[in-house]
Amino acid sequence: MNLTNRSKVVAKKELTLMESMYLPAIFKGMAITLSHLFKRKATIKYPEQTREIAPVYRGQHVLKRDEAGAERCTACGLCAVACPAEAITMEAAERNKGEESLYREEKYAKIYEINMLRCIFCGLCEEACPKEAIFLTDRIVPSSFTRGEEVFGKSILVEDVNERVDVTKRQTPDVLSFKQDKKHAHNQTFQDRLKQ
Amino acid sequence: MDQIIIYKIILCAIVFVVTLGAAAYMTWGERKLASWLQDRVGPDRAGPFGLLQPIADGLKMLFKEEMIPTHSNKWLFILGPSFFMLTACMTGAVIPWGAGFTIDGTFFPMQIADINIGLLYMLGVVSIGVYGIMIGGWSSNNKFALLGALRASSQMISYEVAMGLALIALVMLTGTLNLGEIVAQQDADYAYIVYQPLGFLIFLICAFAETNRAPFDLPESESELVGGFHTEYSSMKLGFFLFAEYINMFISSAVMASLYFGGYNFPFQHELGLEGNLLSAIQTAVFLGKILIFIFVFMWVRWTLPRFRYDQLMNLGWKVLLPLAIFNIFITGLVMYFTGKL
Repeated sequence: MNLTNRSKVVAKKELTLMESMYLPAIFKGMAITLSHLFKRKATIKYPEQTREIAPVYRGQHVLKRDEAGAERCTACGLCAVACPAEAITMEAAERNKGEESLYREEKYAKIYEINMLRCIFCGLCEEACPKEAIFLTDRIVPSSFTRGEEVFGKSILVEDVNERVDVTKRQTPDVLSFKQDKKHAHNQTFQDRLKQ
Repeated sequence: MDQIIIYKIILCAIVFVVTLGAAAYMTWGERKLASWLQDRVGPDRAGPFGLLQPIADGLKMLFKEEMIPTHSNKWLFILGPSFFMLTACMTGAVIPWGAGFTIDGTFFPMQIADINIGLLYMLGVVSIGVYGIMIGGWSSNNKFALLGALRASSQMISYEVAMGLALIALVMLTGTLNLGEIVAQQDADYAYIVYQPLGFLIFLICAFAETNRAPFDLPESESELVGGFHTEYSSMKLGFFLFAEYINMFISSAVMASLYFGGYNFPFQHELGLEGNLLSAIQTAVFLGKILIFIFVFMWVRWTLPRFRYDQLMNLGWKVLLPLAIFNIFITGLVMYFTGKL
């Protein structure tokens, strides 16, 4: 049975005299290792150098605030649904009177947790978010001694009012228009679909 | 007479220190070269270019906990590495490190013991070397150590035969066992590699096997025997075993350089117009350069070739190298007979 055309017939043949001397093969191998002596080293000397990462690197998440400083997340749960690793959990709560400056919408996430050990940093949560609330940043998730520390809650995820996290690299106009384009199924509401 | 004895003692100390220093920096060199061959950088944290790494390694070894297994023979357990180290250092005595120099009309040779059976002495010391491993591995009272020791002793004994026979062809040419004279002969004539290419190849392979270096590092076999004969060793006793391997490498490089590559001689040395002590100093430097090249080859081979299987090792030793060595003696004899050298 031939599954691919790449299979080769392997025959156990006797070695020729040159082959059975092994020396040519040894010299060939030594030439290969010698050539590696002069090649560029793959090492990145870490504390002095850091690995170059792409501008749109997908690292630790951030929960954005709007211009006024209110949390954008409305705990709709779309990110949790989109997450293929099921790393996101949240608990919604209703906004009380007087909290308008804290939460942008009438509903907000009381608890929002991402398990960084489960997360595969695919960015689907970011893509699913209708409120521009969650983004992946170029920050690297720090290591920790326990598994529990790797479950990041709102205290870590929500950006500080005074120290905004720059996500313009991932929030380009193209991305925004893609998110709002009604041609794509993920942007259609139930009513949109009924119309079609 | 007193003067020469004091000089010999000083020379002993110098050779000892140089051998140990070279061995220490060979560990650094080996790690550097290994990483370069694998596209890595290697040790570079301790001092500039990681040059203090051997000192750090040595200190680490010294401060490690000293373990002597309860069921081992304590005296033999300590004797093993000491003996291995001792024999490793002993061969340096007969190697001519240079032509020697003259101060106030007194001639000081650069050879500790100019004995007329230098080659025999060397072979003898090399064969005692196996006892260090054997005693160490056996007295550990550990299966892996015993297996490693058995492998080491059978390997070293097997390859000594071919090594000795390869040297016999050389001795037929030189007509002497005196290492100093063999090197001096290569000044007047070509280096003996020209006459003994096959002999050199056999000697080189046997040297790899004698020093337990890859691809013949079966006694150690980190991946199968948990370290082989030095499984039970820790602290500086382990350090001695590892260190002696590098000394052996250094010494066998020196032996190969002096037997087959003209020792301290280099081409056109008499046309330079240099005389006496200056020429002698350059010759010693050239000799050390040759040793360095051989050490490089040792390491280069280690990081290229995989380890032999045990039966392959024995096949190569007894069925390939031994007949080849005898064939080499035969050919050398024939050529000498027909060229009228005999």
